[in-house]
Amino acid sequence: MTIKSLRANDFLCTGCHLCQLACAMCHFRETNPKKGALRIKGEFPSPGRFHIDVCDQCGDCADVCPTDAIYKDNGIYKVDEEKCDYCLLCVDACPYGVIFTHPSMNVIFKCDYCGVCVHYCPTGALFE
Amino acid sequence: MNGYGGSVLRINLSTGEIKKEPLDPQLAKDYFGGRGFAANILYKELSAGIDPLGDENKLLLISGPLTGMFAPGGGKATFASKSPATGSYGDSNVGGMIGAEIKYAGYDLIIFEGRAPKATYLFIDDDQVELRSAEPYWGKGAITCEKALKDELGEDFQIATIGPAGERLIRIACIHHDWGRQAGRTGVGAVMGSKNLKAIAVHGTKTVPVADLKSYRKSYNKMFKFLKESPARKFWVDFGTPGVVEWVNEIGGFPTRNFSSGFLKGWENISGPKMREAIVITDKCCFACPTACGKYSHIKTESREFYVEGPEYETIAMLGADNGLDDIRDIAYANYLCDEMGLDTISAGNIAAFAIECFEKGIITEKDTGGVKLRFGDPESVFHLIHLMAKKENIGELLSHGVKYASEKLGQGSEKFACHVKGLEISGYEFHRAPAMALAYMTCDIGAHHNRAWAITYDIEVGRDKIEGKAQRVIELQHIRPLFDIIGSCRLQWVEVGLPLETYPPLFNAITGFDLSWEDMLKVAERVWNLTRCFWLREHPDFGRSWDKPPDRFLEAPITNGPTKGAKMSPADVERLLDDYYRLRGWNSNGIPTEGKLKELGLEWVVEDLKKRGRI
Repeated sequence: MTIKSLRANDFLCTGCHLCQLACAMCHFRETNPKKGALRIKGEFPSPGRFHIDVCDQCGDCADVCPTDAIYKDNGIYKVDEEKCDYCLLCVDACPYGVIFTHPSMNVIFKCDYCGVCVHYCPTGALFE
Repeated sequence: MNGYGGSVLRINLSTGEIKKEPLDPQLAKDYFGGRGFAANILYKELSAGIDPLGDENKLLLISGPLTGMFAPGGGKATFASKSPATGSYGDSNVGGMIGAEIKYAGYDLIIFEGRAPKATYLFIDDDQVELRSAEPYWGKGAITCEKALKDELGEDFQIATIGPAGERLIRIACIHHDWGRQAGRTGVGAVMGSKNLKAIAVHGTKTVPVADLKSYRKSYNKMFKFLKESPARKFWVDFGTPGVVEWVNEIGGFPTRNFSSGFLKGWENISGPKMREAIVITDKCCFACPTACGKYSHIKTESREFYVEGPEYETIAMLGADNGLDDIRDIAYANYLCDEMGLDTISAGNIAAFAIECFEKGIITEKDTGGVKLRFGDPESVFHLIHLMAKKENIGELLSHGVKYASEKLGQGSEKFACHVKGLEISGYEFHRAPAMALAYMTCDIGAHHNRAWAITYDIEVGRDKIEGKAQRVIELQHIRPLFDIIGSCRLQWVEVGLPLETYPPLFNAITGFDLSWEDMLKVAERVWNLTRCFWLREHPDFGRSWDKPPDRFLEAPITNGPTKGAKMSPADVERLLDDYYRLRGWNSNGIPTEGKLKELGLEWVVEDLKKRGRI
């Protein structure tokens, strides 16, 4: 499954985190939403809703990558883990904060438009 | 350990010692988690007769094997302790995110012991576990404190906190989490306050291992597909638990004016659809739940503006109808006051209604209320009573102990309309003409709470005056429903959205590596139910049948209006329900588990303990 775009509607997000669970399961075969490549943030008590950050494949991460570890494949920016030296310049460069790190890993990870989050989102907050 | 964080945190607040112990695999096998762990540990580790608000009591925070997993509604956690509200076994369940988060940090169970010398909060970031000063947060409202801690630590931290009511050891104090979810019942917030523990802040990043990845994925995919396609899900997402208001009025089950009626004129104004239209801004759910039944609301009137999660059905029933309120904005404000102060909305509503009835009957007067007249249907009366209880001012001090204690002190016949069982205030279902629901409240193992056996639907289904078969159904529900609290997932997907029970064992087994049928799993729930019963038996020398009776209100005061007008329970029916119930449970006619039953459930160690004490 792949998608051509990934959009988010904050007003429909209920904060279930199924998107992150599904993303981590798809990419790492693990039960761990902290390894999901998108972010759900609660904004409470005011304005009283969730905010979703997703990758739009803008390529700012690739532009700053000094080792060419982030490369474009068919319009999608992917990570060559062999080349990633974990400098984290991409993390700083990403306008949405959706280049991710995890304490158990020494490479970054990001969204590859697999679309599994859209499939599991129960409300349509994530869509193509 | 598959399906588990794998560790137990034991925190001695008196000495500051933090110990990390491996989770006992036998405990996991015999009790699974949640209230299963709670029943076992509280029975084993607490001495009989201790003061619930003293240093010797322990406070537990527990997840379950389905918590934090790719499992429908896998967001449940349990807080447990000896209850200051009832003086016996107490636990309360909370949704939100904290159950999942402690598991990602590697813990299934956190045990708080002793009492911190000053205001403290527990900080957990994976393996980094620290007791930190909570002095800047002490005195803050629960929602305000959650916001302050998130601002300081980061939005990724999950927070559980008490409000000023918990700090003041008020016996109906709750533990607040996730902007408006509460472990509301049995006074767990007061126990937390007695330990000078203001809050728990946790962040975890670890992966929870599973036994069989392939069947795990197959199982949850089947379950999520079912839920996604279920037409019932839409109703629950649109209206949440307040969707029940219409039905419960149709059948005369809406507790109104201190359980004197089962029908509120004007219920349409506080129903699910009305609430959605008037105040709801966001559908909000617990971890891994496709059925967002939580409703987040924003209220702006000429006099006030606030945000609150809910009100949930129980709050609408108890703070609302039971006090005669019929405006959803007023109920939401009472809800907000309770949340921020850290009071259980169910007990607070029930007590307020008791106080108003006392006022109407002249048992309490303006001298007791600080000059305020109390009357049903008046929101200011309810707001005022919440303030009095939370601050222990005037009559609020007495009321904050609950209706059992307050009525015993006030006397003058108030015992007859103090609506509680075993010292816990009755929650949101009127049962003058609903014997199964009555029996559910009478025998619930934390005192009168609906969620162990929501049997009122069965009364309606098979005939509400029928007695035969009711005990059997209540027992079945008392195993099925608490099993969800034990494994750490929400029962709503089954009970309301129709997810078949037989879909659970394949998921549970794939996660844990156990090989159990649903019947095997129910056996654990039965073990836990008998164990909590034995906790009561150990605590109270006269514990038995007389503790399982409904309040006089349900036997002596016929319903005043609505579909059940004129109804009341008959004493003969009460006795027959109990006879049936004890017989089917394998307990003696005084409601004491028999040696044979306890041994059948693998509770030989409890038999030994109770024999030593001369209790069986």
